[in-house]
Amino acid sequence: MSAAPAYSEDKGGSAGPGEPEYGHDPASGGIFSSDYKRHDDLKEMLDTNKDSLKLEAMKRIVAMIARGKNASDLFPAVVKNVACKNIEVKKLVYVYLVRYAEEQQDLALLSISTFQRGLKDPNQLIRASALRVLSSIRVPIIVPIMMLAIKEAASDMSPYVRKTAAHAIPKLYSLDSDQKDQLIEVIEKLLADKTTLVAGSVVMAFEEVCPERIDLIHKNYRKLCNLLIDVEEWGQVVIISMLTRYARTQFLSPTQNESLLEENAEKAFYGSEEDEAKGAGSEETAAAAPARKPYIMDPDHRLLLRNTKPLLQSRSAAVVMAVAQLYFHLAPKAEVGVIAKALVRLLRSHSEVQYVVLQNVATMSIKRRGMFEPYLKSFYIRSTDPTQIKILKLEVLTNLANETNIPTVLREFQTYIRSMDKDFVAATIQAIGRCATNIGRVRDTCLNGLVQLLSNRDELVVAESVVVIKKLLQMQPAQHGEIIKHLAKLTDNIQVPMARASILWLIGEYCEHVPRIAPDVLRKMAKSFTAEEDIVKLQVINLAAKLYLTNSKQTKLLTQYVLSLAKYDQNYDIRDRARFTRQLIVPSEQGGALSRHAKKLFLAPKPAPVLESSFKDRDHFQLGSLSHLLNAKATGYQELPDWPEEAPDPSVRNVEEEDLSLIETHVGLLGEYTEVPEWTKCSNREKRKEKEKPFYSDSEGESGPTESADSDPESESESDSKSSSESGSGESSSESDNEDQDEDEEKGRGSESEQSEEDGKRKTKKKKVPEGKGEASSSDEDSDSSSSTSESEMTSESEEEQLEPASWRRKTPPSSKRAPATKEISLLDLEDFTPPSVQPVSPPAIVSTSLAADLEGLTLTDSTLVPSLLSPVSCVGRQELLHRVAGEGLVVDYTFSRQPFSGDPHMVSVHIHFSNSSDTPIKGLHVGTPKLPAGISIQEFPEIESLAPGESATAVMGINFCDSTQAANFQLCTQTRQFYVSIQPPVGELMAPVFMSENEFKKEQGKLMGMNEITEKLMLPDTCRSDHIVVQKVTATANLGRVPCGTSDEYRFAGRTLTSGSLVLLTLDARPAGAAQLTVNSEKMVIGTMLVKDVIQALTQ
Amino acid sequence: MIHSLFLINSSGDIFLEKHWKSVVSRSVCDYFFEAQERATEAENVPPVIPTPHHYLLSVYRHKIFFVAVIQTEVPPLFVIEFLHRVVDTFQDYFGVCSEPVIKDNVVVVYEVLEEMLDNGFPLATESNILKELIKPPTILRTVVNTITGSTNVGDQLPTGQLSVVPWRRTGVKYTNNEAYFDVIEEIDAIIDKSGSTITAEIQGVIDACVKLTGMPDLTLSFMNPRLLDDVSFHPCVRFKRWESERILSFIPPDGNFRLLSYHVSAQNLVAIPVYVKHNISFRDSSSLGRFEITVGPKQTMGKTIEGVTVTSQMPKGVLNMSLTPSQGTHTFDPVTKMLSWDVGKINPQKPPNLKGTMSLQAGASKPDENPTINLQFKIQQLAISGLKVNRLDMYGEKYKPFKGIKYMTKAGKFQVRT
Repeated sequence: MSAAPAYSEDKGGSAGPGEPEYGHDPASGGIFSSDYKRHDDLKEMLDTNKDSLKLEAMKRIVAMIARGKNASDLFPAVVKNVACKNIEVKKLVYVYLVRYAEEQQDLALLSISTFQRGLKDPNQLIRASALRVLSSIRVPIIVPIMMLAIKEAASDMSPYVRKTAAHAIPKLYSLDSDQKDQLIEVIEKLLADKTTLVAGSVVMAFEEVCPERIDLIHKNYRKLCNLLIDVEEWGQVVIISMLTRYARTQFLSPTQNESLLEENAEKAFYGSEEDEAKGAGSEETAAAAPARKPYIMDPDHRLLLRNTKPLLQSRSAAVVMAVAQLYFHLAPKAEVGVIAKALVRLLRSHSEVQYVVLQNVATMSIKRRGMFEPYLKSFYIRSTDPTQIKILKLEVLTNLANETNIPTVLREFQTYIRSMDKDFVAATIQAIGRCATNIGRVRDTCLNGLVQLLSNRDELVVAESVVVIKKLLQMQPAQHGEIIKHLAKLTDNIQVPMARASILWLIGEYCEHVPRIAPDVLRKMAKSFTAEEDIVKLQVINLAAKLYLTNSKQTKLLTQYVLSLAKYDQNYDIRDRARFTRQLIVPSEQGGALSRHAKKLFLAPKPAPVLESSFKDRDHFQLGSLSHLLNAKATGYQELPDWPEEAPDPSVRNVEEEDLSLIETHVGLLGEYTEVPEWTKCSNREKRKEKEKPFYSDSEGESGPTESADSDPESESESDSKSSSESGSGESSSESDNEDQDEDEEKGRGSESEQSEEDGKRKTKKKKVPEGKGEASSSDEDSDSSSSTSESEMTSESEEEQLEPASWRRKTPPSSKRAPATKEISLLDLEDFTPPSVQPVSPPAIVSTSLAADLEGLTLTDSTLVPSLLSPVSCVGRQELLHRVAGEGLVVDYTFSRQPFSGDPHMVSVHIHFSNSSDTPIKGLHVGTPKLPAGISIQEFPEIESLAPGESATAVMGINFCDSTQAANFQLCTQTRQFYVSIQPPVGELMAPVFMSENEFKKEQGKLMGMNEITEKLMLPDTCRSDHIVVQKVTATANLGRVPCGTSDEYRFAGRTLTSGSLVLLTLDARPAGAAQLTVNSEKMVIGTMLVKDVIQALTQ
Repeated sequence: MIHSLFLINSSGDIFLEKHWKSVVSRSVCDYFFEAQERATEAENVPPVIPTPHHYLLSVYRHKIFFVAVIQTEVPPLFVIEFLHRVVDTFQDYFGVCSEPVIKDNVVVVYEVLEEMLDNGFPLATESNILKELIKPPTILRTVVNTITGSTNVGDQLPTGQLSVVPWRRTGVKYTNNEAYFDVIEEIDAIIDKSGSTITAEIQGVIDACVKLTGMPDLTLSFMNPRLLDDVSFHPCVRFKRWESERILSFIPPDGNFRLLSYHVSAQNLVAIPVYVKHNISFRDSSSLGRFEITVGPKQTMGKTIEGVTVTSQMPKGVLNMSLTPSQGTHTFDPVTKMLSWDVGKINPQKPPNLKGTMSLQAGASKPDENPTINLQFKIQQLAISGLKVNRLDMYGEKYKPFKGIKYMTKAGKFQVRT
């Protein structure tokens, strides 16, 4: 950009170097007067039928908006295109609408019906974006429509649309706050949502609309805690900061009982769950004996601390900071330490991040100095740091300085004083002053150092030193007459007003220490009085008054002179002061009651100023907040409430039992470790066991009797989620996630029952009885708890394989399910007939294996009996269509069966194998809205009503690939979810075998010479020289029929492509010693080339 | 949350604005310009500026200020982190993030920004997902689009958005399956005048480039994981597994990503691979000063030190320097007073040396401070902390990937005080 005003209309419209794509447009000639004309041109383009022109026009309009130029006069022309088919045009129109709808409300209404239609679209992306735009148009008339749309979207099938609904809530609220009550209902509903996708957004909406309705959180508290780790980073930040406030209102302060805390927290640090267990256990006793009230952390409080801790490892600085502030505000003293390391790590990040983090560290380091002391060196300053970072680091270093490390800190400071950055030097001098006041031992050293600085050449440095020395001297003036004399001499040279004022004040205050110099200084100052700054003048008056009182003989005239000068000063403050002083010190005729006490007034001993950090009391703001950073309340800041005196009823957070029964896989996001199921497929059981071993042995080790109970729920949840992933849980993993966790939590308590009996009773009661409030204790419940005790004992002690059924049994009656599942799988799914979770113990597994082998034999005999069912050669191996992880328990594979598709001969028949590895039935499997490249068509398979857990099913669908290897993309829909899948055919599957004689073959081959012939040489490996193998390999690669052949070393195959029916002829001429030549003749050159490649690959491997 | 975004170049022109809520006049940036004027250098502009009705949060990268306007309380790091994510996304999309590039691709930029935030709250920030929604511009695609009229905008919800592994799309296919890991360690150090180490620490990252078909599940284990003191992970890494076994287990995102960043515990003494000998002296009331630097290897474990550059900010009093290097090239900018010496490789037998005189302002007294020397260097095939990757295993897919691992040590913020 040139230096000229870059944003004139002229520049924006011109074809600058930055926008070559507009350069060819004659209308954007770059003359201001053509502005209207240009818009006419755009209107014309928008009115055409050509999408490309519309797109071009919209792009230019958006570019105008981006540059901040007014494009509002195009509104009517643009809004017409809101229903345009082209998705990019549509998106750009949306951008335009959102920008200008507010200004042109009436016209904007024209577009509403389009969005309303969009809200009903089967495509979730379109539904979501329609809602997004509808809610972003700030037109008050449509508030009712928005409200309706949000309500509807909040119960949409797709979590993405629900997320969008959550986003729309604050938009509507800001448009019309009267809707608050209705919106709170929607928020309440969405808060109950169990998907991680929605959680962050709805908490955001909660924070903006009704942060005071803390009661809405109760029921969702545990769920949010457990989901937290899987929520995206932005949501995590919002949820954590909300939960911090929540915890402050609901739990007791962990620091309220310091003495007990010491041991308690010490333990908590090592085995955080343990004191939860104890806490839970002794809650009753505490209630029984209220006189002695030891602090006990609420289990939910502990849950929050435990679940946020791993997030300190997040890559996002915002998340780390959020967790850090949570720990700072909520954790017992002994546990806060963990955040220091993570915060220090953030200091490696961008300077803006450093800036914010250092501000917070500065506040924290005042309260919890010990926390950062080990990292002192990380705050050392580099000459390349920006000044603001340097100053903050200095602040932290000063806060961290103590008796032991002060020598190193001071040595660092000495280096800093020689820096070229003078602001920084000034700050360093201040810092030295603070160290000197805080640490008595080094006060003299510091003072000496500062005095040396007085001879520095830089005036700023000297001035700053003077100011600091003044403050230090106030603490012990008697010993430092020398320094004051030295300072007095400086008045001749030093020009910085603040420093001059400081010197004058010092001399006045301690004039008895320097009785000879003081009057002389006053004389000099009186001389230059008129030229001084106001602040200096005030101090001159001050000095004069004090000298007059102590040494009136010498200074009477001088004082009067100064006061007279001041009387006519321009500044009223100074005039005022002069008048006041005169009345006070000069004895007059009448009264003078005060003047008798003037000496006391002026020369009273004054307390030394306390040098303290500007970050001292900032921690009443929630750390990490904008308000904390600015040290002022920002708009919308929510005060961090004080801890309650009495803990509110913790039972409000209890959730009904039935919600807790679902299980769930859990992948990623620093999450609990879940196995990703693929390796469980590997047929070698030994190998698999090996893989699993560390995993289990680990959990075993952790749940050993001496260990803290902390690991118990976790290890269980691991095994739970593992077994669920193996038994293939989760048609919607994220949905039941939280319950899984909740249940783990409950179970965790259940298993603690081994350790503490009474506690166990109470807790297991909670688990088993939905009401779970623990009032009655009937024998029934007793037996309950004992059974769960034995169960959990089994869980923790049993071998790895027993571990699975133990947790498994808990959820499903084993006998009814296991048998059919095993059978189903072994019948239909030979490749993975042994998913581990369906083998509770090894003996049945062996049975099922042999059973499977039997069945396998059976199917083989079947195939020989009914040959028409199977293609003449072996099928291409299974391809994965939907992975278990992505499909949330639904596994879909496909094979090309090579049978003619019954409906349409041009179609390739594809067998789709579904198997449900989740533990909930999957219903209504069907194909939805295929998105296909031109020419490709799909014959869908009939809908599969329901697929029970562990069951498998196979369906046949036909795809006309139109003789291309383009992938057919379509959606695989269940009742609740849609998966995007695609099938890409190997080229060999696009053809069907043709049978012909050798002569026919040669004749056809003769027609397909030249460009239609592709020849390639290859070396056949040793393993691949027998007839049988070669034929097998070729036919496995391509669906071709063998053509009889006279010569022994030549193989011929023929086929026709399915759609166009063009011939594909393949000749393999094998020569001695493995050399071979492959020739493919086909009209379809692309297919020919690809086929050659595939066949060669198959043969040479 | 985030109300608006302004992109401002170093000469103070607003060249892009985007509003997610109602429009905020660009005059709000005047407060920013004021602050910019007050700060002498771009880096010193405070990241948070309060104005009467708004708060301006900015980051400065690639010579562009990204200024976000917010109206209500929001964690400042939230906004700053987001702005950095925006820059990273642009870089990912266009290769570089610079003013001309953003201007060239203004429409794509706008579309991307539209997707990243909804009503000021982040919506899609994973670049994997964004790239499915809005495809990055390539020359080929531009040509194809003009011919076929197809668009850059996806009309399906990206698969990652709803999946439990949002960072990876399904249906990834490669003919060559490869996974490369770069272990890069940076030494941050401050070296004393006398050559003793004041502070030194090692920060490392593992950057990965994974191009694998399907849904591979990788585990990466180290020979000596105890070295890692503090780590932060890409969201794909399973934290539990790391906690219990010190193994990185993850389903990788497709393409380039940062798997891990770590900090090597401070207890371990850091081997400083280079030494710098310096003799810089100014004399009072003399217009000439002496200047000599020698850089040499120390504790390099037999590897050569490459890519050595020495930079130093000279005091204002230095008018010019006449120096002769024993190798490499050097420049001195008399305006910014920046000396830089591009050394290249260090030959241990003949340590490179830069020697000469400085001409100082006549009559001025000698500067207080000797300049600090900043050092850059690289050592290939060496992780200075001694960290070693033990093995990489892949589960879940049947093919055999090509695996590669590379080690490198670099100077981070490496400063020598003189």
